[in-house]
Amino acid sequence: MSRQTPLFQAHKASGGRIVEFAGWQLPIQYVSLIEEHHAVRKAAGMFDVSHMTVVDLDGPDCVAALSRLLANNVAKLTESGRALYSTMLNEQGGIIDDLICYRMPNDGYRLVVNAATRQKDLAWIQQQVGGMDLSINEREDLAMIALQGPEAAAILTAISGLEAFESLRPFRFMMHGDWFIARTGYTGEDGCEIILPNDQAVALWQQLIDQGATPCGLGARDSLRLEAGLNLYGQDMTTETSPLESNLAWTVAFDPQARDFIGRAALEQQRAEGLQMKLVGLVLEAGGIARSGARVLTPHGDGHVTSGAFSPTLERPIAMARIPFKADGDVQVELRGKTRPARVVQLPFVRNGSMRDGLLDG
Amino acid sequence: MSDIPTEFRYADSHEWAEALEDGTVRVGISDHAQEQLGDLVFIELPEEGAVVAKGEACSVVESVKAASDVYSPISGEVVSLNDALEDAPETVNNDPYGDGWLYSVKPNDPAELDELMDAEAYAEHIDD
Repeated sequence: MSRQTPLFQAHKASGGRIVEFAGWQLPIQYVSLIEEHHAVRKAAGMFDVSHMTVVDLDGPDCVAALSRLLANNVAKLTESGRALYSTMLNEQGGIIDDLICYRMPNDGYRLVVNAATRQKDLAWIQQQVGGMDLSINEREDLAMIALQGPEAAAILTAISGLEAFESLRPFRFMMHGDWFIARTGYTGEDGCEIILPNDQAVALWQQLIDQGATPCGLGARDSLRLEAGLNLYGQDMTTETSPLESNLAWTVAFDPQARDFIGRAALEQQRAEGLQMKLVGLVLEAGGIARSGARVLTPHGDGHVTSGAFSPTLERPIAMARIPFKADGDVQVELRGKTRPARVVQLPFVRNGSMRDGLLDG
Repeated sequence: MSDIPTEFRYADSHEWAEALEDGTVRVGISDHAQEQLGDLVFIELPEEGAVVAKGEACSVVESVKAASDVYSPISGEVVSLNDALEDAPETVNNDPYGDGWLYSVKPNDPAELDELMDAEAYAEHIDD
């Protein structure tokens, strides 16, 4: 039986079309995916992301455990209130999950990991560092709301007591009583992710609607993150791909050399031998959408689309694809038995609400 | 609640067929179908002059979520296309039974229309 978030009734009441996602019943859209998408790019939209898994780590061995578990270096969190994006790898350098790690005020650490990988992640963490001196607590008592868009900060700071968010920098968070408010997101826009007790989620959701935030579903969440060039676990990266092949080399901290994180040896070997594949963006002419799995033909061999969608901002199909490392420029995508031209581009597709400058140049 | 005009006939795969006065049959997708698909962003129509068979996938309507085949509710030769959809696929969302029609055919056998559901039967079909 799939689970419902504390906001389930609110979604139904707002006309949300409910679908099953990673074991949860969540709205894929309310009225129009495209309108929800534009609301986030031009004003403010919000998402129920309570299905995400929150795990709190406490105890003297937290840093040692995270240094081992994460490909990025937890030591970069030099003080509480800071956040770090990282992958968690297996010994082969394959990605078990991507996550955000926060250093909490009590010197514990909070991980927010994907819902679809919850069991696998918890089992892995337990297996790898369960014997160390730390506690691992999944926080099923917490809900999570993402408020995103150029007007998100104005909407949030209109709530009494949250004025301090105005000066909060990206990838930092603040506490407000029981609420945890991070300046992070999955849309490429400014905004926040608020983690709060389950029984307070409905009231905040309603308050944000009253302030002008548009409720958005999973559909807009996917098209927004794709435009922003943000990977989706299970599609753009899996245990079969390393961060180096997933456009995430910037999240791997090879320095200091002495830090022996899981997967390090495999990544060093991959780096020494040279990469075979890379994850890139594709822009297609108006027409059919290149969906996940579509074949990409290049002079250096075949690749495949990992995520594809219609981009409401560019008004044409876009995709992420894993293609041979040497391939660049013009390629072909196979759609329903026909090939169609596509252009390889650097990610992201969209920045600050519109097409990234120079996206289609050279 | 979906809108279901009584003067049209419906296939169980959610296409509609409308017999026009000139003897041709116009084809589109139902309000229920467009609602399920969500925002349409691309429509691939058959070629003009193509011969389509009843039940054959001859067009594709693509929404932000997925691409879906359109199965011709009637056999015949495609005699006209709604070219306006190329630039405005959302017309199918906004007016599925009017300006959002897809193509029309000169039917081989107009009696094929009688094999399709009437509005009442279609309403029951989508209620299931």
